[in-house]
Amino acid sequence: MGAVQGQGYIGQALGFADVLAVLYFRALHYRAADPAWEGRDRCLLSVGHYAIALYAALIEAGVIPAEELETYGCDTSRLPMSGMAPYTPGMEITGGSLGQGLPIAVGMCLALKAKRSGCFVYNLLSDGELNEGSTWEAVQSASHWKLDNLIAVVDVNDQQADGRSSQVLSFEPLAARWESFGWDAQRVDGNNMASLVDAFDRARTLQDPKPRVILCDTLMGKGVPFLEMRDKAHFIRVDAGEWGHALEVLRGEGVP
Amino acid sequence: MVVAPPEARARPFLPMPVAGLREMARINRMDTTNMFMAAGNGHFGSCFSCAEILTALYFSVLRVDADRPQWPERDRFIMSKGHAAPTLYSALIRRGFMPEAWIDEFESKVGVKLMTHPSRRYQPGVDASAGALGHGLSLGVGMALAGQMDQRNYRVYVLMGDGEIHEGSVWEAAACAAKYGLAQLTAIVDANGYCVDGTLDQVLPMEPLGAKWEAFGWEVTEIDGHDFASLVPALDTPRSGSTGRPRMLIARTVKGRGVSFMEGVRSWHSDVITRQQYDRVMAELGESLP
Amino acid sequence: MKPVAGVAAKPRLTTSAMIASIAAPGQRTRQAPFGNALVKLAGERPEIVGMTADLAKYTDLHLFAQAFPDRFYQMGMAEQLLMAAASGMAREGFIPFATTYAVFAARRAYDFICMAIAEERLPVKMVCALPGLTSGYGPSHQATEDIAIFRGMPGLTIVDPCDALEIEQAVPVIAAHEGPVYLRLLRGSVPLVLDEYGYQFELGRAKLLREGGDVLVISSGLMTMRALEAAKLLQADAIAVAVLHSPTIKPLDVDTILREASRGGRLVVVAENHSVIGGLGEAIAAVLLHNRVAPRFHQIGLPDEFLDAGALPTLHDRYGISTDAIARQVKSWL
Repeated sequence: MGAVQGQGYIGQALGFADVLAVLYFRALHYRAADPAWEGRDRCLLSVGHYAIALYAALIEAGVIPAEELETYGCDTSRLPMSGMAPYTPGMEITGGSLGQGLPIAVGMCLALKAKRSGCFVYNLLSDGELNEGSTWEAVQSASHWKLDNLIAVVDVNDQQADGRSSQVLSFEPLAARWESFGWDAQRVDGNNMASLVDAFDRARTLQDPKPRVILCDTLMGKGVPFLEMRDKAHFIRVDAGEWGHALEVLRGEGVP
Repeated sequence: MVVAPPEARARPFLPMPVAGLREMARINRMDTTNMFMAAGNGHFGSCFSCAEILTALYFSVLRVDADRPQWPERDRFIMSKGHAAPTLYSALIRRGFMPEAWIDEFESKVGVKLMTHPSRRYQPGVDASAGALGHGLSLGVGMALAGQMDQRNYRVYVLMGDGEIHEGSVWEAAACAAKYGLAQLTAIVDANGYCVDGTLDQVLPMEPLGAKWEAFGWEVTEIDGHDFASLVPALDTPRSGSTGRPRMLIARTVKGRGVSFMEGVRSWHSDVITRQQYDRVMAELGESLP
Repeated sequence: MKPVAGVAAKPRLTTSAMIASIAAPGQRTRQAPFGNALVKLAGERPEIVGMTADLAKYTDLHLFAQAFPDRFYQMGMAEQLLMAAASGMAREGFIPFATTYAVFAARRAYDFICMAIAEERLPVKMVCALPGLTSGYGPSHQATEDIAIFRGMPGLTIVDPCDALEIEQAVPVIAAHEGPVYLRLLRGSVPLVLDEYGYQFELGRAKLLREGGDVLVISSGLMTMRALEAAKLLQADAIAVAVLHSPTIKPLDVDTILREASRGGRLVVVAENHSVIGGLGEAIAAVLLHNRVAPRFHQIGLPDEFLDAGALPTLHDRYGISTDAIARQVKSWL
């Protein structure tokens, strides 16, 4: 998809791919043919610009046909560059503004409890979104309401628009902050499949009446070494020739 | 009406003994009550819970000068819980920033200078307008940053309510203050345990409060917000450079403290006052020290 | 208190800054029309929930909280959270009534209302108190530009009701509307006026309450009540004033407005409890110009300023929205 546009939030997508794989092939309950199925686990993309990554997952999961891949970011496409709920099956919210997904998730969880539903709500957010006060309003609220059906997944890649997150507005100690607000917090290597699987399993089965967060330390550009090492990786422009090279590396065919 | 001694009004810095501070807190509550009587109603509970805090600040801690409200080296104070403005007005009046006559005019006359919420436009000695809640800490961060840039040694104090810290904007400022190591910034939470719609626990509990602020990188102290022996040293932090962490002072207080029939009673968050109630309040305040 | 020597006696007003009711002394009122109407409706519609940001007491939602404690959600003093969580509940099939003050909805929570509610046309009903100048607390609590802010939001329906009757009637109507609604709320002891006109609220419709050949006043909210009173005053001076009540500001009832404004020879005045910028007045001015209808046209509304704090009757007179001020201004334009 990045090749279609020549640019995009590729770094984040590559870094987050492992997390999405665990979500869509292990954790989430859903029906590919019926993305609005009432019994589904809801998966909110609060970090709207990760849409490119989510589309890849939705395509692999069979929610979106593979042919649509090349319409990414084009006019009249169902795959806009920033995730928008009215456009795309399987896209629950319009996340572009950032900091909104978790508050929305709180409302959904309250509603699911009122309906006595056993469904979970997963909210995917970035470490940068932790700057937004609205996130902390939701964090406190979820704890107060004992929303044990809420699972937040934070992509900790230490990058945002104006530089490294730890320098823009640092957030460490991260787990301690969530715990002090009453959440169960796990912190894992977001590119290690076994650790991720354990963490997601535990988040679902934990009996404590608390919301739970999985803090995933990821490496931007993971899987394509020449992108892994790139500075200023928040929004990447890639030369035409490099796309082919990247695909080769990911397929295991080329030299990194 | 009792007046502060002349030396309290004129000098930029005055440490007062505890007996003197207690007297000023009593005057603060009386002034507040008189303002509410002039207006017909007021935020009694919210004002009485922070009377000692304001008194400690203006009579033992803040380096301010009534003759020079804009003195560049002054300590700054932001009354982020703006609806308790009368406590601030009383302290500023007794320190000589504003005339005593304004007490009787609170909210009640055309062209009045003292209204429900503090206004930097109209009130000498007030560093920030307030009212919407959740803004003051961000303002304080900005002032502290400016102080760093200008290499001035002033301290910045922000007083918030405990309901106020529900606002996400407070946590944005908290994270930022820690990032910049604003050790000259002290935030105080008047933890009286009440919001509009109920107790803090009923509306949106925030305990453990200290743990949250520590997790956000602040140095936290908890004290009895009515005890001057604890308040003054906790507030009077050194005016040194910013290598450390910002400070959070959690002041445990009683809403409506100082008047027996108001203590801990939620309806006195904001209420009308009759002549009979006024007389009872003034009799209690006049009789004994808090 | 002893008078302070040396200070000249000035007129002392008996009303306080935070006023609970805008009713004039002796005016008929009803208590908490919104809260009572919502409780009644919620009994029939189980999908209705009530949510607030620590302002249930001051938006009359406390009545709903008492009647339906399991359907009431106190979100704490967090308006962005309130609106986004309302959106979350709406996604799951509920109809949330979310309350706060108009200033906080319009200023603090705008992005969340826009992106999480309006963009997907979710049925969240935002019912917000202290519209325009109905508080003496100063600019932090005076929603002088809320309509200007919200008019720019696509898909949002905006309603500014006149009195207790209209609020009661509006509650089930906005609940039935399939999309987001912003309703300006009068709370506590709310004046009752429109029962004498046989009024029935219809979403999107302006209604002619009073006929008159010299002046057409188009108004919304509490200004309709004032316009009706001013019309009676002006009648004594043989000036015939028509009053067209336009409670739905978005979408405007363009047909009715054009029809009435086109009737030749009348001065057209738009009166609103809102800034003259971006509210009902400018909305109507645009409609008239687009349709080449050009009567003599004036606006009565709040100035483009941060307003003073103080007592409401004084402020309303100073800023030209009291009944007397309306009558004075209309006369001066004739």
